Amino acid sequence: MNKDVNIKTLKINKPLKLDCGQIINNFPLAYETYGVLNEKKDNAILIFHALTGDQFVSNVNPLTKKDGWWSYAVGSDKAIDTEKYFVICANVIGGCLGSFGPSNTNPKTNKVFGITFPIITINDMVNAQFNLLDFFKIKKLFAVIGGSMGGMQVLQFVSNFPDKTKIAIPIACASSHSAQNIAFNELGRQSIMADENWLNGNYSNQNKNPNKGLSVARMAAHITYLSKNGLQEKFGRKLQERDHLKFSFDADFQIESYLRYQGAVFVDRFDANSYLYITRAMDYFDLSKQYDGNLSKAFSKTKTKFLIISFTSDWLYPTSENKEIVIALNAIGADVAFAEIESDKGHDSFLLNVPKFLNTLKDYINTSYLKD
Amino acid sequence: MKPEFKIIAKLIEKNTRVLDVGCGDGTLMEFLKDDSKIDIRGIEISKNNIQKCIGKGLTVIEGDAEKDLIQFPDRSFDYVILSQTLQAFLNPEKVISELLRVGKKAIVTIPNFGYWKVRLHLLTKGTMPITRTLPDEWYNTPNLHMCSIKDFFNFCDDREINLYKSIALQNLKSSKITNTNLPLKNLTAVLGIFLIEK
Repeated sequence: MNKDVNIKTLKINKPLKLDCGQIINNFPLAYETYGVLNEKKDNAILIFHALTGDQFVSNVNPLTKKDGWWSYAVGSDKAIDTEKYFVICANVIGGCLGSFGPSNTNPKTNKVFGITFPIITINDMVNAQFNLLDFFKIKKLFAVIGGSMGGMQVLQFVSNFPDKTKIAIPIACASSHSAQNIAFNELGRQSIMADENWLNGNYSNQNKNPNKGLSVARMAAHITYLSKNGLQEKFGRKLQERDHLKFSFDADFQIESYLRYQGAVFVDRFDANSYLYITRAMDYFDLSKQYDGNLSKAFSKTKTKFLIISFTSDWLYPTSENKEIVIALNAIGADVAFAEIESDKGHDSFLLNVPKFLNTLKDYINTSYLKD
Repeated sequence: MKPEFKIIAKLIEKNTRVLDVGCGDGTLMEFLKDDSKIDIRGIEISKNNIQKCIGKGLTVIEGDAEKDLIQFPDRSFDYVILSQTLQAFLNPEKVISELLRVGKKAIVTIPNFGYWKVRLHLLTKGTMPITRTLPDEWYNTPNLHMCSIKDFFNFCDDREINLYKSIALQNLKSSKITNTNLPLKNLTAVLGIFLIEK
């Protein structure tokens, strides 16, 4: 991690009992904020990031120097308008951008944790981030919003804290990870572990990095974020800076070159062990199991208003899985709206410039803020 | 706003829970919400309309009334509204029984195929009737199961569905339909509005 960059960090002194049984204490939670908290403190929005996201949701990410990961949706006059709302986003625990994670040094051994770091769950991530409400003295958030793993955290948040947010917007997510999703995550983990530089998770202590494994993991995952039509339209069988096939294993096709590039830039900003821990947390997520197999029970105490959004071409978290959440909420008469947005950009649609999605999000947020 | 919406609003008591099936762009939902403190939800099949409704802050879900009403528990609404879409379903009989399962009462409106202009069109021209409430050609109409007010009366009678209130609408005039004036109303009404319960 670049030491020159100023990362805001909250030191959490309240002990947190993790689902695995371990108790952590005095741990850092890195966060960023945008906009201004008003006097009534009723305009705060907590955004949860996805697998490889971080706290830099908008503006320029000071580490990568690229736009924040949700710049299409968050910013001045955007769907989540930072002129009106106070936006908070934290790096999840288990992550690698300043929050307590496997790349931290274990004070007891003076060595990097690696895979001696405790297993983290979505529930643990949410409970850690709840400390931000106390820190900012916010009694009740206006909204919790997130896509993909961020959406899982939205669901867990409302279930854990039924009266701590006015509205909740889980996007392109599911109440539990499907076998297919676990399978893809396992593929990523095995590719990291197969890298000779992974060294059983101990690479940092030996100044190595499993770049090849992490980059293959990213390449495989990236395919799952897109759609067949989207890929075909963007790349087809177009060749990369050449007129003819080279009869070799170079990146002849543009799609190959694109995936290799995605893998290469990813290893510069992400820790391989964090990738293992966070994908594990997603696999372990099963909200209905926490409530005896009845998802409705997870929300039985809440008056929170929900908007659930899915995308037509998302095959990783398909509409049917998003709809299961809608059905569970309708079964108990909760206030739930649901829209499936037409897009050929796959699971990544929520991160990209999809005007129908962004307009729906913007209008819903703004009208909900005005209503009591 | 459609004149039938005002009549529907009058049939609904205040402080109730209402589901608008096929809520369109949410016009009726907004009207009911502002007017009478009603907790109103909608279900709608068109993506464009869903986006409009959500933009207005209305609680609507995208879905197909023929498949998706199943997610609502028995008698979870005081009223379920079905405005001028019954004839467009593959299985109207099943939809009506779902409406009466989910709602304690249902409000159903139908374009009346017994209306004299419709009858006259078929009689004199010998082609499928086209009127203001039935504007499409036979090959592109969404209407699969047209019925008259009398048909709907018989339908409810056969199934022991209680016709709580029956209203005929002609242009802007509304009037009660009774067993005695049924043949006349079936000829003069453009639209039938029914409050039913099982």
